[in-house]
Parts: sequence; C-alpha cells; structure tokens
Amino acid sequence: MNAPDPPLLRMSGIGKSFFGVNVLEGIDLDVRSGEVHALVGENGAGKSTLMKILAGVHPADTGHIELSGERVEFSHPVRAQQAGVSTVFQEFNLLPERTVAENVYLGREPVRRGRVNARGMADDTAGLLDELGITGISPHAAVRTLSVAQQQIVEVVKALSSDARIISMDEPTAALADHEVELLYRLVRRLRDRGMAVLYVSHRLKEIFDLCDRATVLKDGRRVDTVPISATTPTELIRMMVGRPISTFFPDPIEGTRPGPVRLEVAQGGNDRLDGIDMQVRGGEIVGLAGLQGSGRTEIAHALFGIARFTRGEVRVDGRRVALRSPTRAVREGIALVTEDRKTQGLALSQSVLANGRLVLDSVLPFRARSGARRLPGFFTSLELVARDTAQEVRFLSGGNQQKVVLAKWLATEPKIIVLDEPTRGIDVGAKRAVYTLIRELAAAGVAIVLISSELQEVIGLADRVLVLHDGRIFGELPAGASEEAVMSLATGSHNNGREVA
Amino acid sequence: MRSLATARPRPFRLGTTGLVYLALVSIVLVGTAVAAARGHNLLGTANLVDMLTRSSLLGFVAIGQTLVILCRSLDLSVGYVMALSSVVAATTMAGDPARIGLGIAAVIAVSALIGLVNGLVVTRLRVNAFIATLGMGLIIKGYLDTRYKGPAGDIPEAFQLFGYTRIAFLPLSAAAMVAAAVLAILFLRMTRTGYHMYAVGGDAEVARMSGIHVERPVITAHVLCSVAAGAAGLLVAARFGTGSTLVYASGYDLESIAAVVLGGTYLLGGRGGVAGTVAGVLILAVLDTVFNILAVDPFFKDVLRGVIVIAAVAIYARRQVDRTASRSRFAGSRGGPSGGTGDPPHPAPAEQGGRT
Repeated sequence: MNAPDPPLLRMSGIGKSFFGVNVLEGIDLDVRSGEVHALVGENGAGKSTLMKILAGVHPADTGHIELSGERVEFSHPVRAQQAGVSTVFQEFNLLPERTVAENVYLGREPVRRGRVNARGMADDTAGLLDELGITGISPHAAVRTLSVAQQQIVEVVKALSSDARIISMDEPTAALADHEVELLYRLVRRLRDRGMAVLYVSHRLKEIFDLCDRATVLKDGRRVDTVPISATTPTELIRMMVGRPISTFFPDPIEGTRPGPVRLEVAQGGNDRLDGIDMQVRGGEIVGLAGLQGSGRTEIAHALFGIARFTRGEVRVDGRRVALRSPTRAVREGIALVTEDRKTQGLALSQSVLANGRLVLDSVLPFRARSGARRLPGFFTSLELVARDTAQEVRFLSGGNQQKVVLAKWLATEPKIIVLDEPTRGIDVGAKRAVYTLIRELAAAGVAIVLISSELQEVIGLADRVLVLHDGRIFGELPAGASEEAVMSLATGSHNNGREVA
Repeated sequence: MRSLATARPRPFRLGTTGLVYLALVSIVLVGTAVAAARGHNLLGTANLVDMLTRSSLLGFVAIGQTLVILCRSLDLSVGYVMALSSVVAATTMAGDPARIGLGIAAVIAVSALIGLVNGLVVTRLRVNAFIATLGMGLIIKGYLDTRYKGPAGDIPEAFQLFGYTRIAFLPLSAAAMVAAAVLAILFLRMTRTGYHMYAVGGDAEVARMSGIHVERPVITAHVLCSVAAGAAGLLVAARFGTGSTLVYASGYDLESIAAVVLGGTYLLGGRGGVAGTVAGVLILAVLDTVFNILAVDPFFKDVLRGVIVIAAVAIYARRQVDRTASRSRFAGSRGGPSGGTGDPPHPAPAEQGGRT
C-alpha cells in the first residue's frame, strides 16, 4: 500500500448501479505511466461504464479515484480533462464542419490581445501531429473530410494538447479498416513511449496481445483479475471472461419442430460493412448470429431488411431471388425485423398500443390490414401483454411489455422470416421467458428465425446453429450447444486471424 | 455507387460561400443582359441605388439572423422588433436633433432586452426557438397595435439623412450594413464566443463535453440579432421620417431566413457565415430589381423567388458529404490518405457483382 511511487491512476472500490441494477461492484484498477493497460470483458461486463466514470460522465456510487496518489473528484468531463484524463469514445466528440485545429482546441481556444489566436492553434496542432509522426492531416482540413482513423487521431491530438497523462480509448479499432489498425498501434506505442498511461478497452484479443502490457478482466460488473500479458494466453483470458454456468432457463424446442426447406439464402452478400456473407436459414430453424459489437451482426439485420442493403451478392427468399431495396420491400417479401433499439426504431412511443400494433399493417400491407388487425388482440393475449387497454400510450408500458407490442406488430404481418436483434435487451426475466417461448413457437410454425444477441447464453441456448461474425465476415459456424469459450474465441479473432478462412 | 462519393483525395471544390458569390455574379450578368434586351441598364445609378437600398434593410436583419441560425436557433420576432424600434426611435427623438443619440441608445437598449429575453426563454426555459420568438413577436405586435394607430413620433432631419445620403451610388445605409457584416465576420472568426456559436450549433453535446457553457453563445446571438433588427428599425425610421408600426407586415422575418439559407448557412446550425448571407441578400435584391424592370407579375415574382431559395438549398444539400459512408469498413477503405503503411486491405471485392 505504501509503495514509494504510486501508480498514475488508481481506481479503488468503484461501484455503480443504474435503476437499482448493479453494473459495477468493487472494481480496483491501477495503471502505471508508460503502460498500455487492457480492459477486457464480454459485452455488458461493465467496461464502458467504468470508462465513463473515469471520464467524469457518470459519477461513481462508491469508491474513489486517485491520480499519482492524490484523490480526485470528476463532477464533469471537463474536470477530468483538466486533471489530465482524456477519453476517446467510440462516438467521437468532434465537430465535422470545423477544422482539425478548431476541434483540437474546442472550448480552450487560445486568446491573444482579445482575439482567438488561430495561427497559434494551427501551428501547435501541426506540431503535435508531427511529434506523433502523423502525415497527411492538415490542421486546416475540415474534420468531415477525414477518414475515421484520422478523426481518431484528431481526438488523440486533442487529448495531448490538453496535457493528458492518461488516455483511455473505447474500442478504438471498432470502426477502423484493417490497414488503419496498424496506424493506431503505432500511435498507441508512441503515447506509451512518451510516458503516458493508456487504458485500452477492447475485446479483440489479438490487439491486446499485440499492444498491451497488462490486462484487467471484468465479468458481470466485477473484476476477475489483473494479469501481465506476458504471463497469460488467449485461452486463459477467454476463460476468465466467460466461464459461468449455463442456466436451464431456455425452453426446449416444441415437439414436432423440424427444419423445412431453405427459406432465406444469402450468397456472397456484402456492402461497405460486410463481406462474403453466406448463410441459409431453413423454415423452423433458429440461426444465431454471435459476434462482438461492431462485428456486423446488426449490419446483417439491416441488410436483410433493406435499410443498408447488400450491394454485392444475392438474397433468395423461398428460392426466389429478391431485391431488398427498402424496408417496405422486405416486409412485402415476408421479412420482419425486431430492432435492437425499440424506443427509437421499434415503436411510436406517444401512440397507443393498438396504433403501434397496426403500424406496419397500415403502412405497408393496407389490403391485409383489416384481417391482420383482427388478430392483434389474440397476439397481445398470448404474449401476456400487461397494459391498461389497447388505447394506452406505449411509453407508459414497461420495457418488456413494449417489446411484446413490437413482437405483436410483426406477428400480425405473418412473416416468413423474422430477424430478432437483441430481442431481450433491457427487459425483465418474465418477459424474456415470453420472448423465448414465442421464438420456439414461431420455429414450430415454420418461420425462419435469425437471432442476434450480445448475450452468448441466449444464442447458445436457443439457436440450432450459431454463425460467429468478426470484422464484418462470417468467421465460423458452431453447432447447437457449443461452449461460450468456443464462440468467444472465434468472435475475438484469437482462434486464428481468419484472413485465410474468409 | 455510394462509396465513390467518399473517394479521396477529392478534387478542389469551391466552398459554399464561393458558390453563392458565383451565383450572385451569374445572376447579375444574366440580369444585365436581360435588362439590356429591354433597353434598361441594370447597373445604372438608379438601379444600383435601388438594389443597395433594398439590401441594406434586409441585410441588417439577415446578419443578425445568421448568428442565431448558426447556433441552431431561430428568430421570428425580428420584423416586430424592427417596427417597435422605429417607433421607439421616432418617439424618443421627437423631432429634436439633440435627442438623436438618446433615441439610438433607447433602441439598442430595448432591442437588446428583447433579444436577452428571447435567448433566456430558449435556453433556460427550453422553449423551442420557433415558438419562443413567435410568441415574442406577437407580444410586441399586440403592444404596437393597441398603443399606436398609425405612424408615431418624428425623426429630426439630421437623422433622416442617414436614410437618404449616398456617396456616388453607395447609400450610407448600405455602407453601414456592410460595416456591420464585416464586424459580424470578425466576431465569428476572432472571438471565442464566435467559435463557440459554431460549436453549439454544430453539436451541443460535443460543445458541452468540451467545457463550453452552451447557453452563452445562444443568448449572445439572440441579443445581437435583436440589436441588428433594431438597427434596421432605425433605418426604417430614418427613411419614413416617423415611427412606422406596419413594417412588421413586410415579411422581413421569413425573408431574412431565406437570405441566410440562400447564403449557404445550414438551417440546423454549425455551418455557414455572414459573408454568404450578404450575397444571399444581394441575390434577392438583384432578382427583385430585375423582376421590376421586366414588370413581372408580383404573384409570379414570389413564385420565382420561392423556387430559387428551394433550389439553392437542394444544391447545398447535395454537396453535403455523406458522413456515415466514411465509416465503411470494406468498400470505403481504398484510397484513404491516412498515410497508413499497413498491408493493403483484404481484397475487398468492392465493385464485383455490385448489382442489387
């Protein structure tokens, strides 16, 4: 405890809960200067929340933060920056219409003789870019003209210009193209060589083993361990990240469910986020899509639903080639999408339960609307929707009941193929159970189901096959009942680097 | 294909402001030719004075409106502030040359106060700017309509000169408007508040996370906008020689927004500038004069103006870079000037079979 040289950053006993749910509990973390420290864990393990606490976005409920042994309190992101802690979030804090220099000095514009010293700003920005060995970014370029990798560099330069000693980066490679990752590596190494502490949040094991010195593993909001990278292996790290008992929570397939003919077929599908997607889903089959955030799971859902369509390859529904140019077309082809974010994409919150249930029918299938709407009350009942009546506005319903409205909306269109993107996110156990049962019932009725979930257990517990995505490509296929470790090792790209596989 | 739009390095492109001035020059050239065909000289002294006089009034209002729109706000009360200011000026001066200074001070005070209230209601009470300033306009209108039945007060001769004096073809009022424009440009380019207006309008959350007090630039913009409208009111008073309550019916509120947007400022804030707005104002004035020379039906004139404003905004919108496309992982990865030396990306079959 009384080490002569306290670490640059020490977080002790950090706890946080949202709406009574413990997201973090008793997290200890210390990062030394000149160290790249990985923070790893599954989706929902609490990495992002811990980062946000460090960045001053959320206050911690318990515990405290020390910088070089001094206790600090970050009430606002700017306080953290002033103390030398900068965070590069996945969503950049940049103004696309302003120049690089203006963004770097945003909110801290140097003033000389009453006017903003624009030249000084540009010169200092150019100097910092030089120091980092970056060429090809002009301080005068508008940020919107830069690539994502370059924008990330601008964020780092912004941090350096505010004399940051600690930089934390949230999934920095999530949005980068392959050749840009190397650029980021060099950048991070330069930061380390300058004696800074880098907190590197990622779940791509390859990067962690390439770049980091130590790793702290989080699981379900608790710290599992902190290990030197040189003393561990990818397999060991994955075991720490997962490794919990699978609950017998998932209903078994309904008697008589058997795979029918192929209903959905994608051959060599690709667009600017996906590549070489080959998949087949039979009627009555549940195919799980697993992968880390940004690996292309949601992108596949969007491509199938005509939102960001496949620009290469072809899609067949019941053996017939279809052009999924828009969601309207997708609905007409019998495809349904339960979106990841029900509040902004799935529901008209200030409209009634009934109006939401009829939404797709009325707008896309007017000739079937009347008969479809007649069946809505039946769906509401079988899903055990709890609402005062069908005239109640959906924003007053609980998350689980809102999700049931979304499901009923799609059931009413009698889909042949249903894509479920995070169908149980943020809903209670009872509602989850109802969703699982519904998925089984749909399968028994011969619907082809694509299930996307960050919760590995859910995919493993329900799907007949699991396709694992990594970097926009299908990296492997696992049979029903595969282990979480097997899925994670494919998803994190540690199995092999996969370039040969694709 | 979408990815082509993001191909880099991009060729040199004219900025939006440059585009607006190019449009202005083209319109002047075409207008001159058309007028010449009818035996008129568009660039003759009489027409020039007419165009510049028209511009000066709208110019003041539009400069202020630009600041407000840059902050992602809006001011619909400007026309009413103009009317009120002309009345305040005329009644305060009351024909006495010695009270000119007092009158100007009174106008600035009243209009600044109105702007402050607008700004506070928009930021602190979080009332949508559209509603807040529309409400403020209605309050002023109610006051003017009940209190004054027709022109009020008297502007001394000395101040009326402000409305009529000109040097060669340049009216003093137009020169004042250009001076105000230059001041506004310097304000935006050289002060932190100016920088922060772009930041708040561009993305209030980013501004907040960067330590900017996001309310201040918005309030400042509203105050400056109202003061600019007050200046326009002074000009109205100087021209008419009296306080004119009915100016508010002349549609300066919407026309100023049209001029701002025509000048290339993004209606949702964060991009644009005063230089473009001045060009937008001049374009509208030139069009007006040309239509007058051609004796275009007034109804048709409005139709044409509407078409031009919409077409201009459509052109700017098309020039907007698709931001999401730049986040692409596969097709967009070629040609990035990032200086990265890593392996060339996986042979992404960007174009093959790119049919739908």
